Amino acid sequence: MVEINASGTYYKELNQKVREAVEKGEKEIVLKNVNGQYYIGDGLRGSSTIVIEGVPGNDLAAFMDGPTLRIKSNAQDNISNTMNSGKVIVEGNAGDVLGYGMRGGKLHIRGDVGYRVGIHMKGNKKQTPTIVVGGTAGDFFGEYMAGGVLILLGLDSTGPLVGDYLGTGMHGGTIFVRGEVDKKLCGAEVGILDLDDDDQKVLKDALTDYCKDFGLKLEDIMKKGFKKLIPVSSRPYGNLYAY
Amino acid sequence: MFKSLAPPEYLATIDREKCIRCKRCIQNCGWGVYSWGGDKILIDTFKCVKCLRCYHYCPEEAIEIKDNPTKFKQNAYWSFNNIRNIKKQAETGGIPLTGMGSDMPYPILFDNLLIDACQVTNPSIDPVREPMELRTYLGKKPSNIKVEKTKDGKLKLSEPMPPQIKLDLPIIFSPMSYGSISLNAQKVLATAAKASGIVMNTGEGGLHEDLFPYKGNIIVQVASGRFGVNPEYLNAGVAVEIKIGQGAKPGIGGHLPGEKIPLEVARTRMIPVGTDAISPAPQHDIYSIEDLRQLIYAIKETTNYKPVSVKIAAVHNVAAIASGVVRAGADIVYIDGFRGGTGAAPSIIRDHLGIPIEHALAAVDDRLRQEGIRNEASIIAAGGIRSSADVAKAIALGADAVGIGTAALITMGCTTCGKCYTGNCSWGITTQRPELTARLDPEVYAERLTNLIRAWSHELKEILGALGINSIESLRGNRERLRGVGLDSFTLDILGVKPAGR
Amino acid sequence: MNHNYQKDISGCGLTGLISRKRRRISGSEIVKSLCLMTDRGNGLGAGYAAYGIYPEFKDFYAFHIMYDEPSVKRSVEEYLKANYHIEKIEEIPTRAVKAIPISPMLVRYFVSPLKEKLSGDQQETDFVVNTVMKVNSEIDGAYIFSSGKNMGAFKGVGNPSEIAEFFRIDEYEGYIWTAHTRFPTNTPGWWGGAHPFTLLDWSIVHNGEISSYGINKRYLEMYGYKLTLLTDTEVAAYLLDLLIRRHGLSIPVACLALASPFWKNIDQRDAGEKEVLTALRQTYGSALLNGPFSILFGHSNGLVGINDRIKLRPLVAAVKDDVTYMASEESAIRAICPQPEKVWAPRAGEPVIVNLED
Repeated sequence: MVEINASGTYYKELNQKVREAVEKGEKEIVLKNVNGQYYIGDGLRGSSTIVIEGVPGNDLAAFMDGPTLRIKSNAQDNISNTMNSGKVIVEGNAGDVLGYGMRGGKLHIRGDVGYRVGIHMKGNKKQTPTIVVGGTAGDFFGEYMAGGVLILLGLDSTGPLVGDYLGTGMHGGTIFVRGEVDKKLCGAEVGILDLDDDDQKVLKDALTDYCKDFGLKLEDIMKKGFKKLIPVSSRPYGNLYAY
Repeated sequence: MFKSLAPPEYLATIDREKCIRCKRCIQNCGWGVYSWGGDKILIDTFKCVKCLRCYHYCPEEAIEIKDNPTKFKQNAYWSFNNIRNIKKQAETGGIPLTGMGSDMPYPILFDNLLIDACQVTNPSIDPVREPMELRTYLGKKPSNIKVEKTKDGKLKLSEPMPPQIKLDLPIIFSPMSYGSISLNAQKVLATAAKASGIVMNTGEGGLHEDLFPYKGNIIVQVASGRFGVNPEYLNAGVAVEIKIGQGAKPGIGGHLPGEKIPLEVARTRMIPVGTDAISPAPQHDIYSIEDLRQLIYAIKETTNYKPVSVKIAAVHNVAAIASGVVRAGADIVYIDGFRGGTGAAPSIIRDHLGIPIEHALAAVDDRLRQEGIRNEASIIAAGGIRSSADVAKAIALGADAVGIGTAALITMGCTTCGKCYTGNCSWGITTQRPELTARLDPEVYAERLTNLIRAWSHELKEILGALGINSIESLRGNRERLRGVGLDSFTLDILGVKPAGR
Repeated sequence: MNHNYQKDISGCGLTGLISRKRRRISGSEIVKSLCLMTDRGNGLGAGYAAYGIYPEFKDFYAFHIMYDEPSVKRSVEEYLKANYHIEKIEEIPTRAVKAIPISPMLVRYFVSPLKEKLSGDQQETDFVVNTVMKVNSEIDGAYIFSSGKNMGAFKGVGNPSEIAEFFRIDEYEGYIWTAHTRFPTNTPGWWGGAHPFTLLDWSIVHNGEISSYGINKRYLEMYGYKLTLLTDTEVAAYLLDLLIRRHGLSIPVACLALASPFWKNIDQRDAGEKEVLTALRQTYGSALLNGPFSILFGHSNGLVGINDRIKLRPLVAAVKDDVTYMASEESAIRAICPQPEKVWAPRAGEPVIVNLED
């Protein structure tokens, strides 16, 4: 294990140190006193685990391809932007536009998230990007979703579970929501269905891993029922254009 | 189904006496205009787009494609297209689409600018037998450099230069994605770029493995759909381009429907076969200029600081936007004028949004100079470059290089018919239908495109020679060597060009 | 600066000399040399610059100013008094010359900037440059045509001998001299348009038209230079000021930027040199002087001659004892130095750099 004190360090220098540690083959890297440094884990490959103490800056784990990041506090916007593989665990809340264009890997958030989470997530071949949100989510959850799995739990939350325009522009992938979903909040493309056996397996596999990360019990979460949201029209814009 | 009241634009006709019924027209037409009627070729002229594929492949020269003489009553205000579009919209309730750059008769400023030549007071230079340099480097330049002397008296740079992209002449191939054009068309671009010492741009559709050998001549693009983007992709080329907008459809996204996404396109875009490929209008991690800075540096962190280009459409406030882009850390600003091409755009957008590249380029170059940051980024001007004269004029107005798209496609057979969005291109360019793409032999057409670049290179040298300068950097931003004809004083002021005669 | 200007075009002849040992040489020598080339001009402009001519005021900036009328003189002097300590004001001595019936008012000032007027860490030289830019671009009818220390420019409309006679050039003694006869192709009439062109200690005489003028001008404007004369010479002077004084490039390196080698040549150099030359062209492409030129530029420590990179304008150099001569024609040198030890024609783009001994 190696510790890097990030106090007062500009992102360029901090990320250079992290890259060097990963290249040296360090399995666990702890970043102390992080506050606002951008781009931690960007484009990083390998299988290291990086523990971040303090609030990391935007674009955490953008283009990341392998490592695991555990953030001990809240995190900001644009986590897992176009991420390819690996895992990001946020113990607190996180901001807007999470998992934009994410193609693989996992993003586990214990608390609430902001607007446009899971926007334009994609699956590809064997890659199934997965985002699990423990708390609530803002508007445009799963906008343009093209693949992958997006799970919203609403654990111990007080406010509304999810905002408006849920899954607007959705044309692939699956959203699982714990509790009931108001059709009025959904995009025109979205259908609300009950889960079949395959869905149950996907959901349980994802949540088992999620529970492990945060010391939660799967059966507590599963006490409440889930709804499945998928695109029901394959060509929602078919009549938009005159040829 | 009633017959459309929007009359056909063209009449495909066959001289029945010359026709030998070889059916080559049926094979060649991607639009299904021709069919076999048992004893003769049948014609559905409503489908004809005048791409002339059939004309070129008819061995008897029996085919003629005429503009439909049956027009609506002539009206100086209500054009044929106005009326036709209304009828189509009334029939479908949809948005009429189009391909290519706008063909509307807005003034073409390039055609109102003339280039200087030397007479007596300074000499012209023989460009064929004396040195004439077109080499151009794209990228951020420091305002000044420090040179020190080593112990053995040799010169040495105190600090390394920022990374630069070397071009043998100031032209690049504009971004056109695999998906919007065929893989063979991209191969033509890549091969010709390598042979010509310039670069092509992948567009937003990812990088197909067949193009890996051309990595040194490729800029990879990141757009709102993030197709095919991973760390390997970002590091594959000589630079990364963030596409914010496109001249033909500023502020508008893209949508490649699932049925146009066969296996190879899907693989390259890293999405499942048959799923829609949506490029949202904005990049959803960029809602403000500081967000652009964030993405630029996320890419730089991932690529160990390769140059980052930012492509924007020429819109009203382009000078301020470009200044922000440069201050956000872009090494290259790519400005696409409203005449710029597209695979598919609503015609209402293409024909009515944005501004011409000439105005935009002049305004951006001026603004960056006023702010003392012109060296911070190179400018690529694109959107309707038709000839080496347009290239020279754009460079004199202030561009470091120009992007050409349509001109490159024309070397592959394109006749600017404007129906790219149908996916039926009979020349195998803007289609993924295997029987059509197979027609575009990458080797044959790469040679033609390379020929075009060589020809323009010779022409540029002739222009420089006439101007009495032997290096392209002395033309760059040298508006003193341009004069305007028939331009009002406001326009001249924006262009920073004197009227002819002064 | 508005783009809608009328550029000044002229051909010409030039000559210069330097005594490395700081021996002060009479102005009559350079006049003799220049007058041999009278046919390279057309009588519509000539001028001289000399270094070492004001030893008693060597610590003061010598402003040579031409005025169209007395009221302008008053406003410029008010400005100078507010910003400078003025050691001395005097009319520039002239003789009556038949061919020069009218001339502007010509006054010289020996000044130093008031310390309290310098903002923050502003250099004295920047302050002086700002004054020159301000007066020349903002005050109609006033023109500072010389602003260096222990040096001065003398120029006007007339042929070389007339201008020399008028300014009493034979009465000055300097260790560096440059001179110029002009062939303007547009309407004559303005004394400021003649060469040498100067800024601080830089003085330039120049032959040929710089075809890259438009971009050189816009490049300089980005760095705050105001180009008022619309001549190529002005561009060359400001480029030297920018590259050498402000960017800290050495004179040989600055010459490599202004008349850079061709890429073909650069590509053949060893890695280190190739890197430097490539970086110079990438960074200073807009400063490249393209088109025909030969230039002599004097500065407080020496004299440099350089011509364009494909030798479209002539330049000849010669050495005798401690004096180096450079001129458009060999005969102009031989007119004052009949038996030089060495005569040569510098290669295209290769500067002749001569420094004063300490």
